[in-house]
Amino acid sequence: MTDLGQAAAGSSRSNKPPLLKMQGVKKRFGATIALGGVDLSVDRGEVLALVGENGAGKSTLMKVLSGAHAPDSGQMWLDGQPYQPKGPLESRRSGVAMIYQELSLAPDLSVAENILLGMEPSRGGILDWKALRGKAAEAMATVGHPNIDLDKPVGGLSVAMQQLVEIARAVAVGSRVLVLDEPTSSLTRQDIARLFDLVRRLKSQGHAIIYISHFLEEIKEITDRYTVLRDGQSVGGGITAGASEAEIIALMVGRNVEDLYPRSARKPGDVVLDIQGLGGVKKPENATLGLRRGEVLGIAGLVGAGRTELLRAVFGLDAVRRGKVKVATHNASVLDTNASPARRWGEGIGMVSEDRKTEGLALSLSIADNLTLTRIPAFLSPAKVNKDATHWADRMSVKRHSVEQAIGNLSGGNQQKVAIARLLYHDADVLLLDEPTRGIDVGSKAQIYQVIDELAAQNKAVLVVSSYLPELLGICDRIAVMCRGVLGPARPVEELDERQIMLDATGTELTAASAGDLGGSA
Amino acid sequence: MTLSAKKSGVPSTPPVEAEIPKFSLSTLIGKLGTFLGLVFVVILFSVLRKDTFPTFDNFELIMLQTAVVGTAALGMTMIIVSGGIDLSVGSNIALCTVVIALLLSHHMSVPLAALGGIGAGALCGLFISFLITTLKLSPFIVTLGMWGAVRGMAKGIAGDTTVVAPITPLNNLLTTLTPAEHWKLFPPGVWLLLALAVGVSAMLRYTRFGRHIFAIGSNEQTARLCGIPVEKTKLLIYTIGAAFAGVAGLLQFSYLTVGDPTTANGYELQAIAAVVIGGASLNGGQGSILGSVLGALIMTTIGNGCTKMDLPNWVQEIVTGAIIVFAVALDRFRHKTSA
Repeated sequence: MTDLGQAAAGSSRSNKPPLLKMQGVKKRFGATIALGGVDLSVDRGEVLALVGENGAGKSTLMKVLSGAHAPDSGQMWLDGQPYQPKGPLESRRSGVAMIYQELSLAPDLSVAENILLGMEPSRGGILDWKALRGKAAEAMATVGHPNIDLDKPVGGLSVAMQQLVEIARAVAVGSRVLVLDEPTSSLTRQDIARLFDLVRRLKSQGHAIIYISHFLEEIKEITDRYTVLRDGQSVGGGITAGASEAEIIALMVGRNVEDLYPRSARKPGDVVLDIQGLGGVKKPENATLGLRRGEVLGIAGLVGAGRTELLRAVFGLDAVRRGKVKVATHNASVLDTNASPARRWGEGIGMVSEDRKTEGLALSLSIADNLTLTRIPAFLSPAKVNKDATHWADRMSVKRHSVEQAIGNLSGGNQQKVAIARLLYHDADVLLLDEPTRGIDVGSKAQIYQVIDELAAQNKAVLVVSSYLPELLGICDRIAVMCRGVLGPARPVEELDERQIMLDATGTELTAASAGDLGGSA
Repeated sequence: MTLSAKKSGVPSTPPVEAEIPKFSLSTLIGKLGTFLGLVFVVILFSVLRKDTFPTFDNFELIMLQTAVVGTAALGMTMIIVSGGIDLSVGSNIALCTVVIALLLSHHMSVPLAALGGIGAGALCGLFISFLITTLKLSPFIVTLGMWGAVRGMAKGIAGDTTVVAPITPLNNLLTTLTPAEHWKLFPPGVWLLLALAVGVSAMLRYTRFGRHIFAIGSNEQTARLCGIPVEKTKLLIYTIGAAFAGVAGLLQFSYLTVGDPTTANGYELQAIAAVVIGGASLNGGQGSILGSVLGALIMTTIGNGCTKMDLPNWVQEIVTGAIIVFAVALDRFRHKTSA
């Protein structure tokens, strides 16, 4: 890091070529055109947002950038020099570092060892521990965490700290371009704020950062410019500050998104799921809620407030310590504390897990198997199963080549559509949806909002947990806020805004100034 | 927020995604892999030993030699597909031969003695599943313990020696056919294996229980979320799986004509190898009965062919070991290319 800091001023005025430039990059796999001409540039001290739906070509582009794939045509320049990495190692040496969603740390090695993994200082093959710790400390200081215990095994750190170690590793090898792929997908709100501080810090040190995210509000907050990929082509971009969310979404989906959140006429009816003073083993502490037919009820709150635990307790996945659940569906009206998922499904209640990969879906099974899992006849005909699955997969527009294909090969959005189609196939009356649109593309989100609205119009009851407030405000009739395990009253959505919800979620009487901060980051 | 009139503005289909796997030669080979492997070894030995290998008697012998491990592999397939493993199968087979011999020598009727042997196997499975589901121990550990304990039990009730049994029709399950009986094609024990194989295969594909086995093996948490009674299903899987070891024990008894507590040593590994060669994943969620039976046949054919080639025993063992690794490596390669 020598003269990079001076070039931190805006890219447009600089006479030097941008730090990284890609032009007309094309890549095809067989008949599939993954990249059909991508132009992109990012300069020193700049954060570029790379947005696009799943399948738009973001990951292929990143693989080209990291040297994992060679482009068929097009050119790349790094610092004005032609850049043609032959593999990930060479791209790292050239100063381009990838921070993937799945972190690549050795969990049993210490922080210091991880930071210098593969480039440990040694004297004649003997590890120089002092130099190693010194360099590691330097790298951690650069990312703003000089006080971390360098000897602690990385496996014992939080995901957020592990991410910092990974970024420190990139800094330690002298990376100039950092690519962050969905970096906030598993972070809490506070960790996100800390990560953003780090991004700003790296930016001020003259690093160029490519920031990939589905979360438009994050992009608005942290990036300077944005480039949109669609169908493997860069279709537009500009200064982030001047772009509206709707503008960016329109570019991403290639259509004018008039209204992402449809809302048909709904007639809320009788209470169908009555939760009274429910308490779990740890969380929730106390939850009382009456979910009515024909309404969409949202549960907001911070990560860890106990929202997921509430749904799991109601569904019989976690033990209930006290309180009652009354279910009044077509064939059940019982007040009780404990239930099994099997019984809930039998009562016409269905649940979508927040964790699609480890709980929601059996990834090695077919679409048809996953879709029909809750209601398999004792003796089944595969032809009939496939027919049913095809019907519901079509209903949710699941992109596939056959319902017999393993679901693990689908994109996240399409996987989630199958997880929801399972409830439609089951004909569930009450739908418990935990983060139903997390980490999926905008097109799939729109599809899911549409279906939720139709279900509510068909007099079904929908309970949605979400951390994305615009979504809750968009699709819900009422919203209840959970704070430290206690569920607040459900209030009509007209009486709420993001700021009010954040105030309730943090559960503190805030001064006007700090309330403003919270509202700003939402 | 506008009402439903604006629905048309919502994009219903995202752009085409590059995620659709194409049908190719490699997936075809993958699907038929085990079968092609068997065809290959049969042709290979038929060419190398034209006179002694491709004969009716020898093919009958191969089927006969496959019967015991093949039957055990049926239960093992269920268990492995569910994400588990059973290392006690060989010991269980030995226990069953002892139990059957003891019951027969105590003048129990033939069907009851056979059922007693199979029941002893099933009881072992019930106990295994009890330990797995209530103590939440891994199947590997539980059945490793049972591998030793059941073997010891067999030796104990046999008085540490072979148990002589009176001559009964049970002894004829796996005897070679006389030329006059050639119309039967195989001895009854082989037909039993084939019938059971068809039954289990249909069960895995066409019943709720079968689909639940796949679901649990693929992702136990998903199975739980979807209301599948995971514990109850596991109980059935291990009990039925061990009952198949009991049937294998019956066949082994028929072959030995005595109860031998030291027999079938290492058969559990042969059964696991057959299942794995047949395309199952030890991570669960994948596997087929047809594949497992073909896998068992491949191993017997290689052993038989090597004998016809006058190759010493140790060569056979090395070849069998290599085949296991090669088959699984091929399977991994197939998964990589199709992903």
